[in-house]
Amino acid sequence: MSVQLWTWILVGITFALYFGIAIWARAGSTKEFYVAGGGVSPLANGMATAADWMSAASFISMAGIISFAGYDGSVYLMGWTGGYVLLALLLAPYLRKFGKFTVPDFIGDRYYSNTARTVAVICALIVSFTYVAGQMRGVGIVFSQFLQVEITTGVIIGMAVVLVFAFLGGMKGITYTQVAQYCVLIFAFMVPAIFISIQMTGNIIPQIGMGGRVEDGTYLLEKLDTLHTQLGFKEYTEGSKSTWDVFAITLALMAGTAGLPHVIVRFFTVPNVKDARKSAGLALLLIAILYTTAPAVSVFARTNLIETVSNQEYTALPQWFKNWEDTGLIAWSDKNGDGKIQYVNGEATTGKPEFTKARGASGERLIANASAETNELYVDRDIMVLANPEIAQLPAWVIALVAAGGLAAALSTAAGLLLVISTSVSHDLIKKQLKPNISEKGELMAARISIFVAIIVAGLFGIYPPGFVAAVVALAFGLAAASFFPAIVLGIFDKRMNKQGAISGMVVGIILMLFYMIRFKTGLIGVMEPLPASAWWFDTSPEGFGTVAMTVNVIISVIVSRLTPAPPESVQEIVEHIRIPSGAGEAQSH
Amino acid sequence: MSIPENARKYWRANLKYLAVLLLIWFAVSFGCGILFKDFLNRYSLGGFKLGFWFAQQGSIYVFVMLIFVYVWLMNRLDKKYGCNEPNSRKK
Repeated sequence: MSVQLWTWILVGITFALYFGIAIWARAGSTKEFYVAGGGVSPLANGMATAADWMSAASFISMAGIISFAGYDGSVYLMGWTGGYVLLALLLAPYLRKFGKFTVPDFIGDRYYSNTARTVAVICALIVSFTYVAGQMRGVGIVFSQFLQVEITTGVIIGMAVVLVFAFLGGMKGITYTQVAQYCVLIFAFMVPAIFISIQMTGNIIPQIGMGGRVEDGTYLLEKLDTLHTQLGFKEYTEGSKSTWDVFAITLALMAGTAGLPHVIVRFFTVPNVKDARKSAGLALLLIAILYTTAPAVSVFARTNLIETVSNQEYTALPQWFKNWEDTGLIAWSDKNGDGKIQYVNGEATTGKPEFTKARGASGERLIANASAETNELYVDRDIMVLANPEIAQLPAWVIALVAAGGLAAALSTAAGLLLVISTSVSHDLIKKQLKPNISEKGELMAARISIFVAIIVAGLFGIYPPGFVAAVVALAFGLAAASFFPAIVLGIFDKRMNKQGAISGMVVGIILMLFYMIRFKTGLIGVMEPLPASAWWFDTSPEGFGTVAMTVNVIISVIVSRLTPAPPESVQEIVEHIRIPSGAGEAQSH
Repeated sequence: MSIPENARKYWRANLKYLAVLLLIWFAVSFGCGILFKDFLNRYSLGGFKLGFWFAQQGSIYVFVMLIFVYVWLMNRLDKKYGCNEPNSRKK
């Protein structure tokens, strides 16, 4: 059977499964819609959290990014897992004890202020929308790569699917679909990794294979370092980012992970505090399976790629090279006219390759924007996971599995984010501020309407991606770190923290982060072009700036709170109350 | 407002656990994986340079263990101070 047929079959089966679950898990009350009734078991919640968390970026792009960044890629590995330690120790149990539906609920009550609640809603919307746009685009890309449909059609199919299970089931539908999606995506990620690990190192466990020996008896990593040095790249196991920047990015990603509203809200769905803690541990364990395999995949794929293409005749290359060239994710321009691929350090093209209609002497697609550098090969980073099974000559069903896994990853994350967006609107804005006496039914209807609108908006972002969205998706973490994380942690651990402190901290933090990101990523403020690294403040990249903005948030919060009156007794009692787990009760709609 | 003595003790014990666990969290990731990476890279673990291993593998394993140790410590603490909640789940 062909790869494409397999892909349709596997995608069809998994989608039918998601639909079935959605119909089975219809939500009848706001409590079911917002927090799945608060009765999800820790294991199911752990799986759902893991699927929610691992997006198209984790599944498709991360191994590829690490593959090209080597040691520098560690920031994502540590940042996106270490955040769960913060979440489990500093946030999840207390927020579960607090027992409301959303993060703005906590901020609004703890800081006894609707202004604080509104600031939190706005932050939640900014963070979630920057993130969800990338997911819908990811769905479109997977469809177009594997099923040869237009990206737009792919996005629309994705929107329809998410709509069904999010609209019908709310958090309940999403939770149980995510459990299924976790199983699909982890299976799809592990199978090729295990196959390739056996092929290259003879070891069935990729995490060990990564440190194993290849056929000629040298260590795989040593061999890769040597290959890198020969081709003029920096050694794979050494980085090129400054130590400070690696530090700052890792910390920003960790705090951002812990502060992401769609992750935090998952811990409102378990029955009690004890389960919230356990569930965080299980979530990280399930995430770690992918996150410790990804760097192994990166090493295998990188070595495979270099060995297959470097200094080879174009005409003698395997078929996958030409297939991916046809999709534009690989490009080669024979700069020295020897018919061989010269793959060395440097940019082969200026920006993304622009193909002309013509073919060159060896039959390659000619490109219009080849650079003056020696390197002849352009490889898109996403290809490392998508093409990996083909490069390793794995059977067709494994290749199809990767497509189904990528879709599961993108859809589950999109659904979780859309739910946060709709909850922010229907619960935090309409119920809590605009129309407090709205009926249960009315609120449920409002939640469904807002999820519908959110999906349309997210889909439009996916179909017409504004240039800035692509540039800022990764920065959603910086935004969460700069706004929510300090406000929540201080709300629990600093009884003296009051509304003036928290509000000014959040506002300054998020504005500072937005400003820096727009200034250095889009060039909309000041000069037209994004500024070069030499202009960065404190030598910090925009990705790492969340650490700076977060620190500023904390300092401002603490100073302002000490200069203004202490919070009222009743609020201090709330803090005492959430610190002790007994009697967490059920999530309250109060 | 009076805080029961037990609640205060419970909270203090919790903070102590957090301090120790977060210290380890910081040490394996920011310490071994970033700040002292170059030093640790002089040693190796199988085919891995040690600093590189901490950054791409070791720190993650430790993170997982930290959360489960925390769960265990807190369950013990809950029991000791009697704030162990009844398991409200069925089954």
